[in-house]
Amino acid sequence: MLFDYNVVLDSLPLYFDGVLVTLKLLAIALAVGLLAAVPLAMMRVSRQPLINFPAWLYTYVIRGTPMLVQLYLLYYGLAQFEAVRESFMWPYLSNATFCACLAFAINTSAYSAEILAGSLKATPHGEIEAAKAMGMSRAKLYRRILLPSALRRALPQYSNEVIMMLHTTSLASVVTLIDITGAAKTVSSQFYLPFEAYITAGLFYLALTFILVRLFKLAERRWLAYLAPRKH
Amino acid sequence: MYKLEVQDLHKRYGSHEVLKGVSLAAKAGDVISIIGSSGSGKSTFLRCINMLEQPHGGKILLNGEELKLVANKDGALKAADAKQLQRMRSRLSMVFQHFNLWSHMSALENVIEAPVHVLGVPKKEAIEKAEHYLAKVGVAHRKDAYPAHMSGGEQQRVAIARALAMEPEVMLFDEPTSALDPELVGEVLKVMQDLAQEGRTMVVVTHEMGFAREVSNQLIFLHKGLVEETGCPKEVLANPQSERLKQFLSGSLK
Repeated sequence: MLFDYNVVLDSLPLYFDGVLVTLKLLAIALAVGLLAAVPLAMMRVSRQPLINFPAWLYTYVIRGTPMLVQLYLLYYGLAQFEAVRESFMWPYLSNATFCACLAFAINTSAYSAEILAGSLKATPHGEIEAAKAMGMSRAKLYRRILLPSALRRALPQYSNEVIMMLHTTSLASVVTLIDITGAAKTVSSQFYLPFEAYITAGLFYLALTFILVRLFKLAERRWLAYLAPRKH
Repeated sequence: MYKLEVQDLHKRYGSHEVLKGVSLAAKAGDVISIIGSSGSGKSTFLRCINMLEQPHGGKILLNGEELKLVANKDGALKAADAKQLQRMRSRLSMVFQHFNLWSHMSALENVIEAPVHVLGVPKKEAIEKAEHYLAKVGVAHRKDAYPAHMSGGEQQRVAIARALAMEPEVMLFDEPTSALDPELVGEVLKVMQDLAQEGRTMVVVTHEMGFAREVSNQLIFLHKGLVEETGCPKEVLANPQSERLKQFLSGSLK
C-alpha cells in the first residue's frame, strides 16, 4: 500500500489534541505580543533618542536572531545558571509551555511593533494637525486618532505576521510539546511512516491558515471599509 | 473688547523671516480676509494663531486671555501651559485647505469626535448637534460616508460642520477652496457666506477676491511678511494704494 490511511485515521485524536496545543500557543503569543507591541511601536516613532533607542535595540535583536535560538536560550540556556534555578521564576522557566509562549510572544511583539510603527508613521500629517487644532492632548491624539487609524491600516501586514506565527509555533515540538508537529513526530517515530505523519500535519496547518485568512478578510471588510472603493 | 487679538507676530524659518510683525484684531462678528501672493506668509500667520506653527515673537489673546508662551532654545515660542493651549484651540476651530478629515471615521463620527472627546459633550447630544450642522452645510445625506468616498466640496463642508460643532469663538479658514475643482468652490463659499451673515467671527486666508470683497468687513494684504495694506475690502480693492497690491490685483481681480 502506498499511503497508510489507517495509521493516519487512528492517530487523528493525537492530531486534534495537537491542534488545541498549537492554537493555545498561538493565541497566548499573539495576545501578549500585541499588547507589548503597542507601547513598543509608540516608542519606535518617538523623536527622543532615549525613548526610541531601547525599542529599536529590542526589535533589532529579536528580529536579528532565529526564533529557534531564542527558544533554546530561554528553555535550555537559562537552566544552566544556578541563580535561575533557585529563583522564584524557576517553576515557570522550567515549564516548556511557559517558555514556548514567552519566546513566541517576545518574537511576535518585535515584528508587530515594527509593522505598527510603520503604520503610525504613515498617518497623514493633516489628520494629526486637525486633531491638535481641535484641542486634543497628546494622549487623546494617540488613543482616538493615531492608534485606531494605524491599527486598521496595519491589518493586511499583521495577518501575514499571524500566519507566520502559526507556522513558527511548530518549533514548540523541539521543547517536548505535542502540538501538531509534535503529534506528527510521535506518529512518525511510532510507525516509521514519516510521509503519512508529516503530510497530515501539513494538511492541518493548511486548514488553519485558510481559516485565519478568511477571518482577516472579514476583519478588513469591517475595519478597512474606508479604504475600499466607494460602493453606493 | 476684541474676540481675537494677535499682536506683532514674528516667525522665521532658519534665517529667513516670513513674518516681520503682523497684527490683527477681530471683534465679534468680524470677517477678516487675508490675501497675498504665495510666500507672503498668510497661511503661516493663520497657523501661528493656534500654534500649529511656532512663532518667534508676538502675543495671542482670545477674549482678552493671553496665551502664555515660553521660548525654547532656538528662540521659537511654545505654549507654557499645554492645558491652556488645548482649551484655546478648542475655541478656535480651523478649516484646512486639504480638509484633513479623519479618514477612518464617517462624516458623522468626524463631527462628533472633538465635541465628545475634547469638550465632554454627551454622545447623544453631540449626534443631534452634528446632524443639525451637517444639514446646515448641506451634507446630511452623506453622514455615514467615509471621507474618501465624498467629493472635495462635500469633504470641505463636513470639515466646516466639524469646526462648527465645537461652537467656537472664532473660526480660522486656511485657503478653504484652493484644493477644490472650480465648480465645487461655489458650494463651499456659499456655506461660508451664510456663516458670516449669522455673525460668526471668522479669519479667512483666501484667493477668492469675490468672497473677500462681498463677505468680509476687513481686508489684510500681506506682502513679504508685513501688512502692506488693510481696511474696508470694497475700498481697498477698488482703490489700492500700494504698488504691490495693484500688481497683485491686476493678476487676480475677477
